Amino acid sequence: MNIVVVGVSHKTAPVEIRECLAFPEKSLPECLASLAKAPGVNECLILSTCNRVELYCLVQDLDKGAQAVKEFLYQRFHVSDGPEKVGPHLYCYTGTDAVRHTFRVASSLDSMMVGEPQILGQLKEAYDFGLQHKTTGLILNRLMKKAIMVAKRVRTETKISQSAVSISYAAVELARKIFGNLEQKTVMLLGAGEMAELAARHLMNNGIHHVIVATRTYENAVKLAEEFKGEAVRWDDFPRAMVNADILIASTGAPHYIVKNDEMKHVIKERKYRPIFCIDISVPRNIDPAINEIDNVYLYDIDDLQSVVEANIKERHKEAEEAENIIAGEVNTFLEWGSSLEMVPTIVALREKIDGIRRTELEKALPRLDGLDEKQIKAVESLTNGIINKVLHDPMTTLKKEANGENAAMYVEAVRKMFNLDGKE
Amino acid sequence: MESLFFKLALIGYAIGTLKGLLYLAKSRAFFGSVYLIASSVGFAFHTLALIAMTVNKGYLPVTDLHGAMSLFSWAIVMIFLIVEYRYRILVLGSFILPLAFIAIFSAAMAPPKTAGLPPALDSAWFLVHIGFAMLGAAAFTLSFAVSVMYLIQEWNVKHHKAGLMFQRLPSLEIMDEMNYRLISLGFIPLTLGILSGSIWAEYVWGAFWSWDPKQTWSLITWFVYAALLHGRLTIGWRGRKAAIIAIIGFMAVIFTFLGVNLLLGGKHTFQ
Repeated sequence: MNIVVVGVSHKTAPVEIRECLAFPEKSLPECLASLAKAPGVNECLILSTCNRVELYCLVQDLDKGAQAVKEFLYQRFHVSDGPEKVGPHLYCYTGTDAVRHTFRVASSLDSMMVGEPQILGQLKEAYDFGLQHKTTGLILNRLMKKAIMVAKRVRTETKISQSAVSISYAAVELARKIFGNLEQKTVMLLGAGEMAELAARHLMNNGIHHVIVATRTYENAVKLAEEFKGEAVRWDDFPRAMVNADILIASTGAPHYIVKNDEMKHVIKERKYRPIFCIDISVPRNIDPAINEIDNVYLYDIDDLQSVVEANIKERHKEAEEAENIIAGEVNTFLEWGSSLEMVPTIVALREKIDGIRRTELEKALPRLDGLDEKQIKAVESLTNGIINKVLHDPMTTLKKEANGENAAMYVEAVRKMFNLDGKE
Repeated sequence: MESLFFKLALIGYAIGTLKGLLYLAKSRAFFGSVYLIASSVGFAFHTLALIAMTVNKGYLPVTDLHGAMSLFSWAIVMIFLIVEYRYRILVLGSFILPLAFIAIFSAAMAPPKTAGLPPALDSAWFLVHIGFAMLGAAAFTLSFAVSVMYLIQEWNVKHHKAGLMFQRLPSLEIMDEMNYRLISLGFIPLTLGILSGSIWAEYVWGAFWSWDPKQTWSLITWFVYAALLHGRLTIGWRGRKAAIIAIIGFMAVIFTFLGVNLLLGGKHTFQ
């Protein structure tokens, strides 16, 4: 199948190059239209995100088509040194590789953060855009639909996008492993760093509805508490308020421990040993690390969260291997479909060619056979028809049988060459 | 017939255990559903085997090691399936099914004895007493498995290990709550088992309590779990502490159930 993918991604090109190539939304219809008119391009799509710019095309001839698509990209530089500047960063996948690349991109295996879900949405958008502007056809439509299906399969059958890969999500994931259901839980913010707020927001999105805020300046606490529809506590009162907090997020600018070991021992006793999850995202740290030794107290500082994130990323890469297997299988089914598609025009062309020869020869011969009546002419016609049908029967059957086989492309090529179906000299 | 059913149950639990462990390692939902089906089917055959054996002998055959272990694993799987359908935590089976399999496997290793029911046991009290004891022991077995899971997960959270087990195991709070419920669930039949036993003892031995080793040890077990439940309600013995005590309690259960019979003798020895 003459599918070509030409582009740059975060893996091959620095942002200076990517930003030059990126297609602004405004000019996208225009660009898509001119790409569709490029020589040898039958169908096309443009995927332009901050991490990748890719052109998906169906071309008449792989080499010429790929070159035309590249030229199209170079033109975007509006400078003569396009090929030198962009060329080394450009990748060009054709045929099987192009199909595999498409599936990998859709399944987020080629993303900066493996498994992040946005890319599938962006690919869908690019596809919808192509549909709207009628630049896609049979092959690219099928390719995109299949890519979306493969991505969904990968997401449900592997755990590629399950675990948290950012600090604040890691905090939520940990909270879930400690408490299960977060709905009845209370989170307490000590100080109000940006990251603490973010973590609190994620926790609220996951069911927590009660927030207590304590900052050194009471006014700030009140302001922040209003934002979270929570409760503000005076700084001196925070040790008492801690008894009600299931999750404690500390991020003050203080250069010393604010939550001390003895204090926590007292708090946990007051809580009847109901677990408390402490997150210390301040540097220098605000929570005495010794409290992690207390039963049912779990303390994570910024490095601990970071290492959780790293472990999760490793896990994702492991899952990605599983995903590659799924993709390999799906690439094969797609190619099978593609090759059967190519066999049909070959068979039709073969038949037309032979029938054409028969007709020209008949036209040459008939004047020399004068005196034949209509019935006899019919007989000659059916005789010649019968001969070519008999001759073509076996090759046709073989070709149809091989259409889904491994060597389909070889058969197609052989037949095309032997019978000169492409009309070359 | 009963031995065929028993073998099918054994195979069912073996497949369940295997797929349960695979589920733990791979976490593919496929293994989860296979182990659930295998153990459910195994349980059905096990039930048939027990019924066939009871009909055949005319009494519930738990007077030898084979029968006792067989009924024990049956009770474990029964409570497990109930808990599984209630909580839907597939990874539970990865820990509990191996225990059920060990029980049924040791039953298979100890061939059933053919001697009939001793006259002293020919009583409705026998059924009541054994029934309660088995229910209690099975619930405590599940509590043991959940406690082990809890300790693994607690260690993960405490030591900041977000590895494979961390992902697979459920949250601490859910396991703690489940453990509490299982212990409460086991404590009632344990108490009733001891009570029914001593009432029955009054009839056959002429004394409610005679410090038979089984009686002594079941009382010790009872105290461990009573202390745990009391401690939880009053001073917050939950989490890790509760899990450790539950494991100690389970050791007492196993010793009461098997150790006493096999090592200490007394009136509860197997045939």
